[in-house]
Amino acid sequence: MKTNKTTLTPEQLEAFGEELDAVRRRILDDLGEADATYIRNVVKAQRAFEVAGRAMFYLPPAWPLAVAALSVSKILDNMEIGHNVMHGQYDWMGDPGLSSRMYEWDNVCPSEQWKYSHNYIHHTYTNILGKDRDVGYGILRMDEDQPWHPYYLGNPLYAFLLMVFFEWGVAMHDLEVENIVAGRRKMSENKALHAGIMRKVRRQALKDYVLFPALTGPLFPLTLAGNATANLVRNIWAFNIIFCGHFPAGVATFSQEECEDETRGQWYYRQLLGSANITGGRLFHVMSGNLSHQIEHHLFPDLPARRYPEIAEDVRDICERYGLPYHTGPLRKQLGSVARKIVRLALPPRSPRAEAPVVADPVAA
Amino acid sequence: MQRILRSRALAALTSPHGVDRYLELVNPMWAAAEVRARIVSIHREVDVPGHPPVATLTLQPTSTWRGHRAGQHVQLGVEIDGARRATRVFSISSPESGPGDRLTITLRANPRGVVSRFLVERARPGTMVHLSQAEGEFVLPDHVPERLLLLSGGSGITPVMSMLRTLHRRTHRGRITFLHYAQSPDHQIFAAELDEIRHSGHGTEVHLLHPELGDPNLSPAYLDRLVPGYRDVLTYACGPAPMIDAVRAVYDGSDVLRVEYFQPPRTSGTSAEGDVAFVRSGVEVANTGATLLEQAERAGLTPEFGCRMGICLSCTAVKRDGTVRNVLTGEESSLPDEEIRVCVNAPVGDCVVDL
Repeated sequence: MKTNKTTLTPEQLEAFGEELDAVRRRILDDLGEADATYIRNVVKAQRAFEVAGRAMFYLPPAWPLAVAALSVSKILDNMEIGHNVMHGQYDWMGDPGLSSRMYEWDNVCPSEQWKYSHNYIHHTYTNILGKDRDVGYGILRMDEDQPWHPYYLGNPLYAFLLMVFFEWGVAMHDLEVENIVAGRRKMSENKALHAGIMRKVRRQALKDYVLFPALTGPLFPLTLAGNATANLVRNIWAFNIIFCGHFPAGVATFSQEECEDETRGQWYYRQLLGSANITGGRLFHVMSGNLSHQIEHHLFPDLPARRYPEIAEDVRDICERYGLPYHTGPLRKQLGSVARKIVRLALPPRSPRAEAPVVADPVAA
Repeated sequence: MQRILRSRALAALTSPHGVDRYLELVNPMWAAAEVRARIVSIHREVDVPGHPPVATLTLQPTSTWRGHRAGQHVQLGVEIDGARRATRVFSISSPESGPGDRLTITLRANPRGVVSRFLVERARPGTMVHLSQAEGEFVLPDHVPERLLLLSGGSGITPVMSMLRTLHRRTHRGRITFLHYAQSPDHQIFAAELDEIRHSGHGTEVHLLHPELGDPNLSPAYLDRLVPGYRDVLTYACGPAPMIDAVRAVYDGSDVLRVEYFQPPRTSGTSAEGDVAFVRSGVEVANTGATLLEQAERAGLTPEFGCRMGICLSCTAVKRDGTVRNVLTGEESSLPDEEIRVCVNAPVGDCVVDL
């Protein structure tokens, strides 16, 4: 809903931007050993969970524990490590193992493609309808300004399927299937992307569904099922955290016209109003890759995520002083809000005035 | 063991991170492909008060080290303050080595050099460092000729010292002339060893010269007296760039000369001076002080970019040489072979970028 017309004067916006720039500089100047030790410890923990999980598949009674350990490993790898490392949050360390250029995650989506659609498209054009392809991921109706079509009656079903197959959805995301259906993109443009995805899919499938199960000999089916379950757990968790980032009620979306010739202050403003946090304990923040601090992440995507809690204090203070909303709430509340939106937007708008003419292809987001 | 570690099966099992990302957590000396080394000892070669000290570091590499040929160098990375890895190139001073063999590097603690100061002044035995494989074409030929001239200046002595040590270990029968320029005898690296070589009479002539104390400078006449017909003698010269320029002039295009030089750190001028070279496209333009992305585009290049505001990393490119200023933070950086976001970095003075 584009109800958040700016409440700040251009001068205020500029001062607002400068204050956030100052926060950014302060953190940059302070980066050092504590940040390096932190991410290295997370990597150690992730590898330990991974090895423990793979090993426990040899003990059938420990199957649930093995699945749990492997799920934790995949969640840490994808979120607190993968997502954040690929944002370049630790590039200043100069460690190739933690470099945004080199890191590859335990996920079927090739990092190279994800960085384009996420770091560039999503983080630059956050919540701009028609530009940010993460608004509905090309298959869902997540905003009133997306014209309704009977196709969207399936909104809850599509969301459920996207949750279960989330890593596949993320991998397919870059193929822009909705744009091919709409005739805005040619199949041939996908050839290289497709090859990259298939290469990654083969490697992931070989490891999780052939080699590790085979190594457990007669326990092959159990291990295979365990690995699939761990991937599923990671999918469900990641989907839920990520959908709380931009879709809870009250979070703003923007039109392309509004965002033309944005200043840095305006860009910060859009990132702030277009994101929502989730409250929780320390462990919860780590397991969510600190995406529970979505607001701080969108303001400063390349600062180490472990700094977001301390940055949040400054951001809240700035928001209070400028009279800007700061969307946050516990996971249950944010998820409920997102779920209601998915269901509500499956149906046509109630007020006839708001009914936009259907001009684009139904699945165009 | 190495065959198992490098097997395709293990690579598939440890995908996407690779074997080394697991091994390093168990023991930093275990590796399948990467090369790391433990510092075994640090020996002060020269410690003149008021001057930067020189030290020799003995390194025990992982079994992945393939060895080196005399005269080669290696990229060495250290974690400064436990967080920022900085990598520099150092010549190897020990004689040629085989796979997994120990090696030494000898270096001066450059007052403005983060890495060399760390290695000489702060590193301790047991400290781990990151290595590349040995690199460089400044090496002895397979068949070393009867006569050889090794010419060096300052810390340029290290690769030719490796050559001299290698030839001595191989009990080379020919005549070697070793000519080294230093500031003063107090600054002489490897003085005792060179003295021993000079007196052992194995056909090696050692000349240690100190022009600042009145010794002759390099000239065709002087060199011809030392090594008659030197333009036909295979010569290896290593030292600071001005010295190499002088050597080149003395050899006047002769094809017996092999050189290796190091450049003193560039002084950065104001931002709109100098030239910007985009090496991959072979385009060079006068630096306008704008960001590298803008300058590249104005020069007709079409580098990849995304947000144009320093957040998405799409435009990351390698800066080979020169200084850049981050237009967001004002921070300047002069590291060679550094990954930079060209949309928010402007060159300060000359700059070479891989675009």
